[in-house]
Amino acid sequence: MKRFRRHGQESHRDRIKQELYGFNKTVEHGFPHQPSALVFSPSLQLLAIGTRSGAIKLYGAPGVEFMGLHDENAAVTQVHFLPQQVDLVTLLDDNSLHMWTLRAHQGVSELLEIGRFTLTGPPGAPPSVTRVTAVLTHSSGDLLFLGTEGGHVFVVEVPGFRELEERNISLENVTNSLPEDYGGRRSLEHVESLQENPVNPRQVLIGYGRGMMVIWDLERQSAVKHIPATQQLESVWWTEDGGHVLSSHSDGSYCRWMVAGEGTQSEQEKSEVPYGHFPCKAISKIIQLPTEQGPPFLFLSGGMPRASYGDRHCISVIHSKTHVALDFTSRIIDFFVIRDGPDHTGDPSALVVLVEEELVVIDLQTEGWPVIQTPYLVPLHCSAITCSHHVSAIPLKLWERVLSAGALQNTHYSKKPWPITGGQNLSPDAPQRDLLLTGHEDGTVRFWDASGVCLYPMYKLSTAGVFLTDAEPNDNMNQGTEGEWPPFRKVGCFDPYSDDPRLGVQKIHLCKYSGYLTVAGTAGQILVLELNDEAAEQTVEATVADLLQGQEGFRWKGHTRLEVKEEPVMFPPGFQPFALVQCQPPAVVTALTLHSEWKLVTFGTSHGFGLYDYQQKNTVLVRCTLNPSDQLAMEGPLSRVKSIKKSLRQSFRRIRRSRVSLRKHHVNSAAKVQEANARLEAELAEMELAPVQRKIEARSSDDSFTGLVRTLYFADTFLSDSSHHTPSLWAGTNGGSVLAYQLRLPPVERRAEDPVSAHPAKEIQLMHRAPVVGIVVLDGHGSPLPEPLEVAHDLARSADMQGCHQLLVISEEQFKVFTLPKVSAKMKLKLTAIDGSRVRRVGVAWFGSSRSEDYGESGLTVLTNQGDLHVVSLPGVKLQVQYPCIRREDVSGIASCVFTKHGQGFYLISPSEFERFSLSARCVVEPRSLVEVPSQTPSTTLPRAQPDGPSVAHRNSTRATDDVAVLQEIQKSLEGYQPTFLENNVKSALAGGKVLTNGD
Amino acid sequence: MNKNHRVPSNRTLGAVEVKSKFGAEFRRFSLDRSKPGRFDEFYRLLQHMHRIPNVDLLVGYADVHGDLLPINNDDNYRKAISVADPVLRLFLQRKEEADYSAFGLDSLTRPKKTVLAAMLLRPDANRKKPLVIISLPRDFRPVSSIIDVDILPETHRRVRLYKHGQEKPLGFYIRDGSSVRVTPQGLEKVPGIFISRMVPGGLAESTGLLAVNDEVLEVNGIEVQGKSLDQVTDMMIANSHNLIVTVKPANQRNNIVRSGGGGGAASGSSGHSSDSGTSFYGYSSPGTAVATTPAHIIQNFHPEELESDEDDEDLVIEVDGEAMPIPRTSSASCTIPFIPRYVPHLDLRTTNGALASHNRSGSLGTLSTADRGLEGRSLEEEGTVITL
Repeated sequence: MKRFRRHGQESHRDRIKQELYGFNKTVEHGFPHQPSALVFSPSLQLLAIGTRSGAIKLYGAPGVEFMGLHDENAAVTQVHFLPQQVDLVTLLDDNSLHMWTLRAHQGVSELLEIGRFTLTGPPGAPPSVTRVTAVLTHSSGDLLFLGTEGGHVFVVEVPGFRELEERNISLENVTNSLPEDYGGRRSLEHVESLQENPVNPRQVLIGYGRGMMVIWDLERQSAVKHIPATQQLESVWWTEDGGHVLSSHSDGSYCRWMVAGEGTQSEQEKSEVPYGHFPCKAISKIIQLPTEQGPPFLFLSGGMPRASYGDRHCISVIHSKTHVALDFTSRIIDFFVIRDGPDHTGDPSALVVLVEEELVVIDLQTEGWPVIQTPYLVPLHCSAITCSHHVSAIPLKLWERVLSAGALQNTHYSKKPWPITGGQNLSPDAPQRDLLLTGHEDGTVRFWDASGVCLYPMYKLSTAGVFLTDAEPNDNMNQGTEGEWPPFRKVGCFDPYSDDPRLGVQKIHLCKYSGYLTVAGTAGQILVLELNDEAAEQTVEATVADLLQGQEGFRWKGHTRLEVKEEPVMFPPGFQPFALVQCQPPAVVTALTLHSEWKLVTFGTSHGFGLYDYQQKNTVLVRCTLNPSDQLAMEGPLSRVKSIKKSLRQSFRRIRRSRVSLRKHHVNSAAKVQEANARLEAELAEMELAPVQRKIEARSSDDSFTGLVRTLYFADTFLSDSSHHTPSLWAGTNGGSVLAYQLRLPPVERRAEDPVSAHPAKEIQLMHRAPVVGIVVLDGHGSPLPEPLEVAHDLARSADMQGCHQLLVISEEQFKVFTLPKVSAKMKLKLTAIDGSRVRRVGVAWFGSSRSEDYGESGLTVLTNQGDLHVVSLPGVKLQVQYPCIRREDVSGIASCVFTKHGQGFYLISPSEFERFSLSARCVVEPRSLVEVPSQTPSTTLPRAQPDGPSVAHRNSTRATDDVAVLQEIQKSLEGYQPTFLENNVKSALAGGKVLTNGD
Repeated sequence: MNKNHRVPSNRTLGAVEVKSKFGAEFRRFSLDRSKPGRFDEFYRLLQHMHRIPNVDLLVGYADVHGDLLPINNDDNYRKAISVADPVLRLFLQRKEEADYSAFGLDSLTRPKKTVLAAMLLRPDANRKKPLVIISLPRDFRPVSSIIDVDILPETHRRVRLYKHGQEKPLGFYIRDGSSVRVTPQGLEKVPGIFISRMVPGGLAESTGLLAVNDEVLEVNGIEVQGKSLDQVTDMMIANSHNLIVTVKPANQRNNIVRSGGGGGAASGSSGHSSDSGTSFYGYSSPGTAVATTPAHIIQNFHPEELESDEDDEDLVIEVDGEAMPIPRTSSASCTIPFIPRYVPHLDLRTTNGALASHNRSGSLGTLSTADRGLEGRSLEEEGTVITL
């Protein structure tokens, strides 16, 4: 297959390829899946989140993002910043501790793991002795106190992780110091909490699980005071003045203890069960912060009455007479409070809460404590994502109109700027405005600003308003009844329930020049929308397109059509529907394209496709593609033959959802979980019983769903003769056939009156019968035809109508170029026959050279079912590059992939996160940010993370030299220390794979 | 009137009772078994008896096994007379209208006869129609072959399955498994792909060249090592029109011995084992086998050959509803005659494949001899092309 080529040519082409293509996974958008730990560094103004999969993510000002991944596939249970430093310590599920640092390199900070440590107990001791349960990073910046399950507190010097055995606080020492009446009774249990005295760094409070708290003097190595709480301890807070300690307990109570006095036993000043009388759940965390004038703020997480509200996820904020129980959408992971002032010791300004599915920030200084919209960590999955669509290079005018429509939706958010401001965002401004549109299960389409590192929500469109649904959304949300106790207030937007699954958005197409948008859904509904800056009340007329065309023997077993509201509906400013087509049978829409210049929309389902004229609001063409022998398609909805993988995934999702819904709808949910579990088990059993074998059989015309329309395409090309180009419509089916129609459009001045007509022109049946997933017409220069209106807006070179046009048909197995108007095969590239992979996603992209500004090539970006990305050249259909990208088992990730027109792409790495990647060497969007060491660095801190000056600028790229440099630096700065430290670090620093930075 | 001629059948009389049929007419007469005379005399007698002196005839007779065999020279005339027992049934046809394919139609079980028939028919080769219907290789449809015997290790077998236009399914399943390889580190277990099941009556089973538990090493020249079961499945399906599988047979006793010529020939013929009941099967006699199937015994495929078969039978229907196979631009000069597309699948189970194609080409009218092979091939391949 390899043709002999001159060596020079080959290397020249290789160089061009290097200048055009380069693969990078650049940034993760959205909310981390299964977060498990949260911490905030006031001095760095950085927020860190650890996840169950071992990832650690740091966020500062918008655009400042860092990401690291532990080698161990273990959950991050705790994260702690070293005070006043750029280092942080993570504790994993496997009891290992890891030291990370932000190291500046070429003016950009990178997050690197620089050491790891596991506590070793005395020989023969049970593992619980060294199982870390509490971590305190001492304000001196070089001591780590590790409380363990065995009740001991180990002291470790950082950053080298050197155990200071002589300073350990053993359980025996503590027990001996206790008064007889307490110590004699029972064990103190594990160390639940470690707190440093805010005014006296010599004192550390050790809170034990049984409730006993001990204030320990580090210098005298002895107990100073005991706090004899009797309830199981949940958390401890030492007030800022050092005079009081607050403890929260598992029975829903909290206590205030006076610790300033001289006596060895502290007085209980107050004990309260805030939601008392009936048994309450534990208060898992308590924080009290003073204000300059007036009473302090008190924050309590949990503590709800067990029977009636035990399933709520609440944080209570109590300030003076105001008492609000913030009711979150999912389990609370952790929270912290940001404070004003240069040293971050002033009034509380914002409460930051990490719950399982979103990050919520509450403005504590504005009346009513509104929510501040987050610029990152947005919950993409507030309703499950069902499809996505990317539009590059949005004209400024449309951009501004969408933004202003969105601004009207966000009036309930706080006006305050984002309170987390750490680091400097050094990324250059985005070269263009890009929109990512996500369709959701609840019938909404969300518009995201995808130009830069932050995926910022711009506007949300709901299509549900057009239809009559069982429940009106949000009618009982956000409305706490007067005088209710506890005083609940719902916060957050995560809402995984769909009132009607038929509303789910399946396909989106936006014309960026005209502002026309078409959205198609699960029940065969196709809405055409127009951007309107004013609110308008209108009735949406529905047209039914009968795709069966009298085909007999059909029984639709699926859902019914959505009912359309007959009375006029008030639509807010933004995209407003003005036309609706409903397919009959109401199967899920599988292909959708809009041509704004011709004012036509074409749509396809598993039964056929149609062409709709949205100016005259009539159906121009309906074509049934159903194969009469295709029983499955004949009988009903697609879901009947979904793959086992898919149904498994859905079962999991259902279970997860129903688990969440447990908290919302008490009724029936337990039964639902059971049902879902049973179904899952049945499916698993089925999978295990069937031997894994695959049938080898040629595809035949009788296969199922050969009629499913996979792709639709409009082109102005030479369809019937080589002298006249005409508008045409192309459709590709699952059975490997391509159908072409010639369109006759009336002249512009008669467009509103004269009918549009479509005439069948060609049908191509591919011999290999693989599903056709893409159709592109290439002009005389071999470039893909421009988008509609693109030329009119002077944004693209007009297509070459002189030379011969070519038709590129992309099937799951092959790329095949045909001549036009007479269709004859010209060339092809086989994929499946050669390496067994199949095309899953394909896009047309333009790749600019990274070397010269004016050179670029068109190409196809392809994602295969093996998770590999390919670039295929146009018009020559030659494979250019290939990169592994997604695990092939990650079916939903592969299915979610969407390409941009400039060689980037997005895919879901979890239900809530998009990974952004780039195939282009020129067009790369990645975070570049710098975090500097806080100004008041304690003298003891090592000069590790200062930005590298010119002296180190020559260490440009190779990872190995960096590692050596890190090593040398550490070694130099720690000369004289014990070798254990070095061993720890040699290991970690040499393991190159651990070095994780953003954008690399 | 024939009754008058009727002589009681008696072998001892030495007379042969003849019943001759031309069109709807019968003539009965008898001949002396001991003195049958020459063929040309007999021929004139037939013309006379039927009163068709100027009509060119094709003479056939039914032998004891019910086969229709030709009489066109002295030898087979004498043979026909000698085997007539007691009645010699003759079938006369006009030569212009002759249905050559009728000969040997029932000879399913008796390949040797057809060889004979083919040889005997050959002298008449001055006709417009190609005379030898049954003996030309192009009338065979290969269903499988062993290829690359000379370059593969003896333990491996490369099998080519010709799917063509048959309805017969490829008919096998593959599974994951593990095989033992010899590596520098010793024996090592490596994952492999194996044939797990054969569909009874499928193409794979009928060839006898693939068996359950054979390890699949390559698909159309591409190694499957490191590929997942699904990938290999997709590769095989993508190549299903011309599938070349290299296997390591589970049963290593039937391997081709490359040095021994006789063994090779035997394998060649077994590699040629045909699908259901072609009567033109009988080339097991060594001489003809060499002449007709030289390429199959040591047949090597080249990468470009992988492309050759499947290519460009994509079908285009233009506005007026005409269907055209898409010609390859490079070979545009080679025009394939227009073939009506709206034809149901050839039912190759009940009738003979070669016959069917022959009949169809006949119905298409006059075709040059040179075109026929090509035409036949394309027909076979397009059997699967359905009809939109």
